[in-house]
Amino acid sequence: MTSTTTGFAYLIASVCFILALRGLSNPESSRKGNFLGITGMVIAVLTTLMDPGVVSFSMIILGVLIGGSIGTVVALKIKMTSLPELVAAFHSLVGLAAVFVAAAAFSNPEAFGLGKVGEIGTASLIEMSLGTAIGAITFSGSIIAFAKLQGVMSGAPIVFAGQHKLNAALGIALVIAIISLAAAESPGGFWTVAILAFVIGFMIIIPIGGADMPVVVSMLNSYSGWAACGIGFTLSNVSLIVTGALVGSSGAILSYIMCKGMNRSIFNVMLGGFGTDDAGAAAAGGGGDRSVKSGSPEDAAFIMKNASKVIIVPGYGMAVAQAQHALREMCDMLKAEGVSISYAIHPVAGRMPGHMNVLLAEANVPYDEVFELEEINHEFSSAEVAFIIGANDVTNPAAKTDPTSAIYGMPILDVEKAGTVLFLKRSMATGYSGVDNELFFADNTMMVFGDAKKTTEGVVQSLG
Amino acid sequence: MDSATLTEQSSKLATDAQNLATQAAKIAGEVTKLADTQAQALTQAAQTGDSFLSLFTVFVLACFIGFYVVWSVTPALHSPLMSVTNAISSVIIVGGLLAAGPMDMGFSKVMGFMAVTLASVNIFGGFIVTNRMLAMFKKKK
Repeated sequence: MTSTTTGFAYLIASVCFILALRGLSNPESSRKGNFLGITGMVIAVLTTLMDPGVVSFSMIILGVLIGGSIGTVVALKIKMTSLPELVAAFHSLVGLAAVFVAAAAFSNPEAFGLGKVGEIGTASLIEMSLGTAIGAITFSGSIIAFAKLQGVMSGAPIVFAGQHKLNAALGIALVIAIISLAAAESPGGFWTVAILAFVIGFMIIIPIGGADMPVVVSMLNSYSGWAACGIGFTLSNVSLIVTGALVGSSGAILSYIMCKGMNRSIFNVMLGGFGTDDAGAAAAGGGGDRSVKSGSPEDAAFIMKNASKVIIVPGYGMAVAQAQHALREMCDMLKAEGVSISYAIHPVAGRMPGHMNVLLAEANVPYDEVFELEEINHEFSSAEVAFIIGANDVTNPAAKTDPTSAIYGMPILDVEKAGTVLFLKRSMATGYSGVDNELFFADNTMMVFGDAKKTTEGVVQSLG
Repeated sequence: MDSATLTEQSSKLATDAQNLATQAAKIAGEVTKLADTQAQALTQAAQTGDSFLSLFTVFVLACFIGFYVVWSVTPALHSPLMSVTNAISSVIIVGGLLAAGPMDMGFSKVMGFMAVTLASVNIFGGFIVTNRMLAMFKKKK
């Protein structure tokens, strides 16, 4: 193939990737989009295989076979509840792959058309070291995110004195290492960049609490894109640059949406330590002895059966209890009674952006019954019942009324405007933020204590 | 002055002139060569500058495309968005293929092999899990 045809092929692959993301604007077109993504990947791989420098295929076939089968098995077996862990693990692989590609380009630049060892251009060295640095940060950062999500490592933020100063020092050291590598090409310099970046990735994620992992996962998504971009510049490969930029902006936008959903800045999340200070909890802790109304699953069933409109507010607790299937069954029975059902999803519900939507879809909840916060928030006032299952902080009115609260300013679902608020909860414990929820003590609230799945099954029984 | 010395002198002058001409030609040749190399270096520099600029143009425009395309993704599909971006960012496999492709075994080839393996996990895993998720999103019957 001539370089023009190769260029065209990579361009077509890039267009396929753009359309793959475009398809996600609606569930109907999304499946076609995914297929286009696969097409783009096949075109990019085949084009590269026709490169005159690629003459030995045994290692390539072996790598694709090993990697492909691991990926296939994992993707088919993974439970949708564990999706965030899977995505974090996948990010770490992209990061590490970027480091390996850069290492290969560094030790054998001729294969990449970058000249001989010792004569790599300054621009290429800078691009390479940026790709390596971002890749290594993505790798170690994603490993920590994975460990925190999986519970291998405690979700509690790890903070110590002088942490920010140490991180700043490491950051400066990395910049110096990149500059000196660009000035004088040396293998030692390359590995210094890689190792420093690896340590930085580790250091910047440990102070971030488990509850903030959705933001971290989105951010690492973004990093993996920028790493691909860096490598794309090194290889002068348009399709890597375009894809890297798409992925980079996608992750950045998702992080922004998640931060906005919590009314926190990305810096606040990155500096970490959220959930360790108890100032907010102490301020809101005045209601310790107040009485709460509690009811049984039968009571809940009775109230909902006589309603005409019920809004379901699911949270991560629903996923933990695996209550989504029982929930859908309950809603089907209510619909049979003529009750209108819709679901309200808060942007930060679940452990990654859109996690709740996937879990509900898995339980066969039609996606046109599921709404985002802005779409449905005004409807609570006309609903007889708000049924809260496994959510807490995202319904806390303190976010609107109490400026001293840790979650003040966070957009919340106005569940208190519904006729009756049914709270399915194991106990009176606080949510991730550690802030008490005033709503538990409200006159129109009924707490239904117990495991979310068992309670929902109880409701189903009384309805049947 | 007799005619013999005159002829001798004129022939000597001619040889001198010839020598001078050869030297001049040689110098001229060298100058052209130098100019050529310089011009070559200049075009090369211009080309690399050009190619970086064009790649950078692609990069900036792609960021804009990414920004608009991603904002148009429905929030309900943000999880599949993450897994599919994961899969497509593994197009980094092209770097691994170039490194694993040459005949002779070496450090670079081992790195290439590992990059191909890791990227393949992501490509297969990412597209399959995205497909699984998207297949679940159904409309009301």
